[in-house]
Amino acid sequence: MQYRTRNIYLIPYAAWIVLFVIAPIVLIAYYSMFDIDGALTLGNYRRFFTPVYMGMAVRSFWYAFLVTMFSLLVAYPTAYLLTKTKHKQLWLLLMIMPSWMNLLLKAYAFIGMFGTYGPVNALLSAVGIGTKQILFTEFSFIFVAVYIFVPFMILPIFNALDELNPSLVAAARDLGASGWHTFRRVVFPLTINGVKSGCRAVFIPALSLFMITRLIAGNRVITLGTAIEQHFLVTQDWGMGSTIAVFLIIAMGLTMVLTGSGEEGRQHVK
Amino acid sequence: MSNNSKKPGAAIAIYLVVVFVILYAPILYLAYYSFNSGGSMHSFEGFTLEWYGEVFQDTRLVIILLNTLAIALFSAAISTMIGALGAIAITHVKSKQFRSALLTLNNVLIVSPDVIIGASFLILFAAMGLKLGFTSVLVSHIAFSVPIVVLMVLPKLQEMSPTLIYAARDLGATRWDVLSRVIVPYISPGIFAGFFMALTYSLDDFAVTFFVTGDGFSTLSVEIYSRARQGISLTINALSTLIFLVTLVLAVGYYAINTRTIVLGRSARTGRPARVEAGE
Amino acid sequence: MKKVMQVFITVFLAAFALVGVTSYLNSSNGYSGADTLTVYNWGDYIDPDLIDKFQRETGIKVVYETFDSNEAMLTKIARGGTAFDIVIPSDYAINKMKAEGMLIRLDHSKIPNLKHIDPRFLDLSFDEGNKYSIPYFWGTMGIIYNPELTQGKEFSSWEALWDTDLRSEILLVDSAREVIGVGLNSLGYSLNDTDTDHLQEAYRKLCELTPNVKAIVGDEIKMLLANEEAAVGVVWSGDAAIIMDENDKLDYVIPSEGSMVWLDNIVIPRTARNIEGAHLFINFILDPENSAQNTEYVGYATPNAAALEYLPEEITGDERFYPGPDVTDNLEVLANLGKRMLGYYNELFLEFKMHRKRA
Repeated sequence: MQYRTRNIYLIPYAAWIVLFVIAPIVLIAYYSMFDIDGALTLGNYRRFFTPVYMGMAVRSFWYAFLVTMFSLLVAYPTAYLLTKTKHKQLWLLLMIMPSWMNLLLKAYAFIGMFGTYGPVNALLSAVGIGTKQILFTEFSFIFVAVYIFVPFMILPIFNALDELNPSLVAAARDLGASGWHTFRRVVFPLTINGVKSGCRAVFIPALSLFMITRLIAGNRVITLGTAIEQHFLVTQDWGMGSTIAVFLIIAMGLTMVLTGSGEEGRQHVK
Repeated sequence: MSNNSKKPGAAIAIYLVVVFVILYAPILYLAYYSFNSGGSMHSFEGFTLEWYGEVFQDTRLVIILLNTLAIALFSAAISTMIGALGAIAITHVKSKQFRSALLTLNNVLIVSPDVIIGASFLILFAAMGLKLGFTSVLVSHIAFSVPIVVLMVLPKLQEMSPTLIYAARDLGATRWDVLSRVIVPYISPGIFAGFFMALTYSLDDFAVTFFVTGDGFSTLSVEIYSRARQGISLTINALSTLIFLVTLVLAVGYYAINTRTIVLGRSARTGRPARVEAGE
Repeated sequence: MKKVMQVFITVFLAAFALVGVTSYLNSSNGYSGADTLTVYNWGDYIDPDLIDKFQRETGIKVVYETFDSNEAMLTKIARGGTAFDIVIPSDYAINKMKAEGMLIRLDHSKIPNLKHIDPRFLDLSFDEGNKYSIPYFWGTMGIIYNPELTQGKEFSSWEALWDTDLRSEILLVDSAREVIGVGLNSLGYSLNDTDTDHLQEAYRKLCELTPNVKAIVGDEIKMLLANEEAAVGVVWSGDAAIIMDENDKLDYVIPSEGSMVWLDNIVIPRTARNIEGAHLFINFILDPENSAQNTEYVGYATPNAAALEYLPEEITGDERFYPGPDVTDNLEVLANLGKRMLGYYNELFLEFKMHRKRA
């Protein structure tokens, strides 16, 4: 019985996976075997393990990690406080709405705001800190990346917190647990699924960030996403571009395994 | 943070206000310059409504805007359905390995850069003989939005106790009843989260749409990016400001209407009791 | 469930309504005629009034689609599934399109207005005899600088960029051939050099420029320079014109060692359906008055000699954007170096970017 239920739900989703996931993966894997002249080769994989690309890979992971961490640091308290407000659904929606504005336009706005004569520097000099170089720094890159991704982190955490049974927290407090203790032992463990879901929704796309590496970081930050973009469009070296993509997919698979692909919920039930 | 839960009020307000200010700062910046008679986002010279006038004169731009919204709404709704069913299917899979394999496959499109997705979809559509235009763009948007919906719905399903479903089945509920009366109400916050994230994906996408569009069909993102070489005019700022205001009014209006109906028809909601059971 | 269903039904109804309004707008504007011409161009790179005029004169409906880079356009056309009748690529993209058999030979007898084009811009290396392409706009590559921020420094030579006073003051365009080209030109080599020793030399020279480079950016370079975010930029003349239009403090020079001249051109791709209409369109654009009108709208330099008469003297007399033959003779068009060499240029450029990071 259980088996038949699963089958029915699985049909549209499985069709989607076959058409739009498996087919592109096969294409990418196929292209990664060819060099720029169209000859069969494994040279692309050799090339990937050279210092230039390995360095890029390490940096991509580092930045994706930083972006995920800061998104979590901003999003968790935000989601938590949002659940305490009146009209929380409305406030939540208002938090997501800025992400519907075109990214290029927002990037242009950040360039204007972070510029030497922009409002942020005007504010900094007004409070006596003085004008700072903000654009084209790692700080501005991380800041804007977190800005873009934070709604993806807030949503699942908000949903997890919102479902939290307030009597559990009250019970813990009644039993004399401190606020921090309650959070660590009761609130956080019960929302871990939301946190994991948010981390995946941020970390995975952050691995292949490319546009703001140029717009906000002025190419001071070079990630695997930038390299793929280059190979696919500028050099037309689809082989090398696909090779990097194959690596990204493997890396994503490993990340999924390491963060445990959604087993906790089940154990928690038993 | 634990302090905040002790004494809410000021601290909560300040933190949330700061987050809101940062989130809305770039949008206010763009909106501010949409009134600039100077013609650029460089120095504000004087107030004008000229750019807003130009938006309405440019029929092509208006058509593109409507196309963009139609694609976003359709693709978000359809991908939410596929994604929510997919998430339910994933939790029903018993083998741990198969489950992780499905989840990994699910995330492939999230990790792949847009250029790759766009190029491979283009090859796919060409092979299938699908004419490029509205349909191909819609299909692509649905395709790349499905995984984010799954990611948003999954945690809700994981929290849900399977005993709830067994109980319903024991009581003679049909499969459809279980889905519509037990599962969907319980996971509806995840469904809405998925829907909104799918909207974000659709409205933001440039590269995939670029590759799979044709027949004169265009979306706002494609139009904006392709104008970058000539310099993006303030007409685009004005248009974006208008869109934002309309969305804001719709959101607040919808919320106001919805809260009233909730108050009127509270007993009809089945989602709440289910949650209490699951929490125990 | 009811709530979820309600929302989804509302969404679908709204989306259908939008589609309805769009198709109404499309038909009421006469955008759906039988005889159509699909134009593939950069966004906002033609005067929309001219398109209207063409539609009125010929009865052909123009469908206008846009791209944001030559590379993206090439990839899209090469992968098929599209039927563009007119495309406006840059010179180096024409090389590739020609090599891959993506273009249709033009019938010059149907383009009598070709005679108005300045011969300087005809018969160039990327398309000898203009068998496949007709010049649309042209320009140069050079240095834009802000005299207020550079204390009267001269920029008549590429060498000026290496001045130690310009620490973190230079913006470069994110384009391999252009930036490596600056290195090659400053050493007296050709922009199209394929000698790897020369290229390595240019790479090392560029690495010395690193401390002066503030960022390597794309189209946003215009906004950054107009906002005085940096004192100096290496830019195409078209961008320079737009920047100076926004901020008249800046000035533009073409360095004396030589530089590049670029042309955007009109071509008819192999997949075109309305070849007759495409020729009509090309001839229409080359009409001196139309060309002048388009030039005023776009703001780039026109290769149409006859159109200059219809343009104000202050535009056509500006030597920075309409340099004479004495300057243009010293400039080079980017040649097709083949995929491998292009890959090598890009690899060098990537290493140059990474080198900047460490510095």
